[in-house]
Amino acid sequence: MESKPPGEDVNNVVSMRQAEAPKRWSDRLSDLAKTKDKALYIQLFKHFAPKVKAYIIRLGLVETTAEELMQETMLAVWRKAHLFNPSKAAASTWIFTLARNQSIDWMRKQKYPEYGLESWHEEPDDESDVCEQVVTSDRMAKVISQLPEDQAQVIYMSFYEGRSHSDISARLGVPLGSVKSRIRLASGKIKMMWSDDV
Amino acid sequence: MNIKHHLDEATLMSYAAGSMSQAMALVVACHLSMCTACRNRAHESEAIGGMLLDNLKPAPVGDDALAQVLACIDGLPELEAEPSGASLNTSLNNRASCEKAESFSSNNDQITSASSVPSPLDDYIGSSLEHIEWNRIVPGVHYHDLPCKTERGGVSRLLRIAPGKAMLPHSHDGNELTLILRGSFTDEVGRFTVGDIADLDNEIQHQPLVDSNEDCICLIATDAPLKFSTLLGKIVQPMTGF
Repeated sequence: MESKPPGEDVNNVVSMRQAEAPKRWSDRLSDLAKTKDKALYIQLFKHFAPKVKAYIIRLGLVETTAEELMQETMLAVWRKAHLFNPSKAAASTWIFTLARNQSIDWMRKQKYPEYGLESWHEEPDDESDVCEQVVTSDRMAKVISQLPEDQAQVIYMSFYEGRSHSDISARLGVPLGSVKSRIRLASGKIKMMWSDDV
Repeated sequence: MNIKHHLDEATLMSYAAGSMSQAMALVVACHLSMCTACRNRAHESEAIGGMLLDNLKPAPVGDDALAQVLACIDGLPELEAEPSGASLNTSLNNRASCEKAESFSSNNDQITSASSVPSPLDDYIGSSLEHIEWNRIVPGVHYHDLPCKTERGGVSRLLRIAPGKAMLPHSHDGNELTLILRGSFTDEVGRFTVGDIADLDNEIQHQPLVDSNEDCICLIATDAPLKFSTLLGKIVQPMTGF
């Protein structure tokens, strides 16, 4: 891994481009489950594989490992497509969890305890709304770009660098309690801006 | 199940990001498998990960990557017949867990009955609490260590505490997660029954007292050793491994 300071390229997160029509990808992924259409899969692969690989590299894994784990993740997309539920999440969110689990499992050589992909497959409950979920990713990008930098940084270090609370605390030289309260604040802001924006 | 004590937001974010020790993640996964409310919150946190993925600058993939994956797909038996030896799916679920998944999804908020354990814990101890080999710390207090990776000298274990027993008062250097699998206890924070999770950090000192009329069994993970506040606690700490 490069020796850049942790969380340094946080600006890449806060100045992100708007995600490209996430609904389209969610539709394609749920169509894939029904049709098992290779052409559709190839579209999904071309869109997501380079992003999945970029994510895994950011977790600190070398190129060859990232390539291998990306392929395993994309194979899991094919094999588990029937578990995807577009009313629960965007395609990118679902694929993120697959890539996360593959990477963590590899790093630990043991499974990341999963609460189960089956819960993506639950019957939609009263609160979930297909239309609402579809716009989530677009709004989320906007919301994160509005976080104060110290909050965006802890989110970034958690999701992209895979750092634990205590590791973040040691690296930033701030107490554990402050790391946790920044994460809580960020989360609260994300959810607040999220609901304001409806 | 009437769950009153839930996961801290910061803990949930850390789990969703995949940035927890295996020991802590196991407790979180077990609570999530029992608690619909926290499961929905976990989905919200994971949506942040999805958004970050959406917006990543793509990394170039190998020229033959697509061809390799397609070849793998062609080599797979039909989905219904799960492959046993395809080279690229070492960590994918096997058929048994898919079937478990199906029965699970038809029964959300599955209650941990006297003989069953939350599914993420299955991998470590099997599906029943009845066949665990316990080690005694002091009369009325037993433990069973789990082979989970921890951080900075933390622990991952099951504890079984007899009715009326109190744990020694302690605080923490880092985080401590305690999930109740059977029985109940009360401490400075409140009363904890099956499915409840105590998600504590170094700001809290507590002394849990078992108030159920059966043994209380908890799944515990810490990411650093506990700090006992009494002399007795400090003396027994080296013996108990906490």
